[in-house]
Amino acid sequence: MTAPALDFTPAPGAAPLRRMVLAQAAAEIRAVLRNGEQLLLTLIIPVLVLVGFSAIPLLEVPGRRVDFVTPGVLALAIMSTAFTGQAIGTGFERRYGVLKRLGATPLSRSGLMLAKTLAVVAVEALQVVVIAAVALAMGWRPQGGALWAVALLVLGTAAFSGLALLMAGTLRAEATLAAANLVYLVLLGLGGVVVPVTAFPHALRAVVELLPITALTEGLRAVLAHGSGLPVRDLLVLLVWAVLSLGLASRFFRWE
Amino acid sequence: MRRPALAVPRLVLMNAPAVALTDLVKRYGRTTAIDGLSLTAERGAVTAILGPNGAGKTSTVEICEGFRRADSGTVRVLGLDPARDGAALKPRVGVMPQSGGVPPAVRAGEWLRLVARFHAHPLDPGALLARLGLTEHARTPYRRLSGGQQQRLSLAAAVIGRPELVFLDEPTAGLDPQARHACWDVIAELRARGVSAVLTTHHMDEAEKLADKVVIIDRGTVVAEGSPRSLTGAERQLRFRARPGLNLDELLNALPAGSAAKESPSGHYVIEGHVGPELLGTVTAWCAAEGVTADDLSVERRTLEDVFLELTGRELR
Repeated sequence: MTAPALDFTPAPGAAPLRRMVLAQAAAEIRAVLRNGEQLLLTLIIPVLVLVGFSAIPLLEVPGRRVDFVTPGVLALAIMSTAFTGQAIGTGFERRYGVLKRLGATPLSRSGLMLAKTLAVVAVEALQVVVIAAVALAMGWRPQGGALWAVALLVLGTAAFSGLALLMAGTLRAEATLAAANLVYLVLLGLGGVVVPVTAFPHALRAVVELLPITALTEGLRAVLAHGSGLPVRDLLVLLVWAVLSLGLASRFFRWE
Repeated sequence: MRRPALAVPRLVLMNAPAVALTDLVKRYGRTTAIDGLSLTAERGAVTAILGPNGAGKTSTVEICEGFRRADSGTVRVLGLDPARDGAALKPRVGVMPQSGGVPPAVRAGEWLRLVARFHAHPLDPGALLARLGLTEHARTPYRRLSGGQQQRLSLAAAVIGRPELVFLDEPTAGLDPQARHACWDVIAELRARGVSAVLTTHHMDEAEKLADKVVIIDRGTVVAEGSPRSLTGAERQLRFRARPGLNLDELLNALPAGSAAKESPSGHYVIEGHVGPELLGTVTAWCAAEGVTADDLSVERRTLEDVFLELTGRELR
């Protein structure tokens, strides 16, 4: 076979949606795995937190240390990918005109959003596998129904993605970068990831329990550490955040 | 089940011009970027939009691409309204933005393969990279490409889906002469294959060389349009350089009626009229009588640049 000749004769047509979405999702996954800072955020920090806080008795926690810390670290991983990573990535795509350029291709905006979601879920799956493997190696003994844990992860992802897109689609890229990192750190401290919310004063605790990170952490902990059934309250908090943030993002997101 | 996108008869759409703009108006706050602009770009032709910075070129193109909405006026691209029929138009239209649009860390080859995956019958990315001299840079991240290489990648992404129409916003800005010619070759070949092209440019030679039709816009409206030849006219002119401040009155008296002579800019003389052996003889005889050596004496057509500067003025903006 000879080298393919270039024939510029028009032959326009969109590829099937499935092919476009998978191609874009693969490109987004490559971008995350290639970016050193993103990898630090998505894998290295969560694993260090997991190992550090499970091994070293820094704080007084109820029950076995690794059983307490692992659900928190899973929640942290979800937040780092769905919120921080996605906000910063999308903010800069907007700034560099990538979103605008993709808008001129046959890939529709809903197709692009679907691809972003697939990419987030794929990276999260990788995180869950790595974190669970490290935790199991450290003696983690998860209880309870995997189904409720998955429901929490899905709703948590939706809520954090909505917040990420709201931020990336309305703020300047630099502001998104700063704010997303700041929010990450604040929520890491406040959200019960490693510091139990029972340690907070009562008034603060009431507020903190309405945060999406707290709902995700507490929900996962209830299911995985204590084997509780349906974590209604936490699922509801996440659902409200998801509906609000995704609604606002779709209303105010600016593509350039 | 597929349902027709529009209630417009198919024949009308097939014969519709590549671009038809009527009384287009676009304001940004209190600034009017486009002020009642109308233009037509024919199918299968190269249409060049010329204009000084801020004349409204990019706004016009971005409205055609569906990135912006006009405040009033009608926009038809391949017979469709880009604001309403974007999904139907996007596979058929290739877009090269003025700059950027590619994630900095993405490699050139990856970007082109990604855009190819969005199309049903794309060109081969490797062959296209080779055609534009980017094969060696296929694995180079976008941010490490030179400005000219970035431009060529952007052109490649605009044509890889085998579109019917391409919008090229300053396609050769910042290119070295080799890359500029390579880009011109691609545009000429697109035209030969029946692709319509609308491009904006600052390079008069580019418009003169490539375009079937030139549209000069200024302050958001069309000030002249036509083929490069019809704009520059068939008239020839005689030019030379000499010391500034020569008195041209005597020369004018000696020239045939209807001739004109001017010094613009200082030290550069232009004689217009029926430029033939007689006029040439008169001018050189006058030079001899004045004791002036006419440097760079030449007989030539008006260039597009002359027309452009006449229409849009010489002041900087």
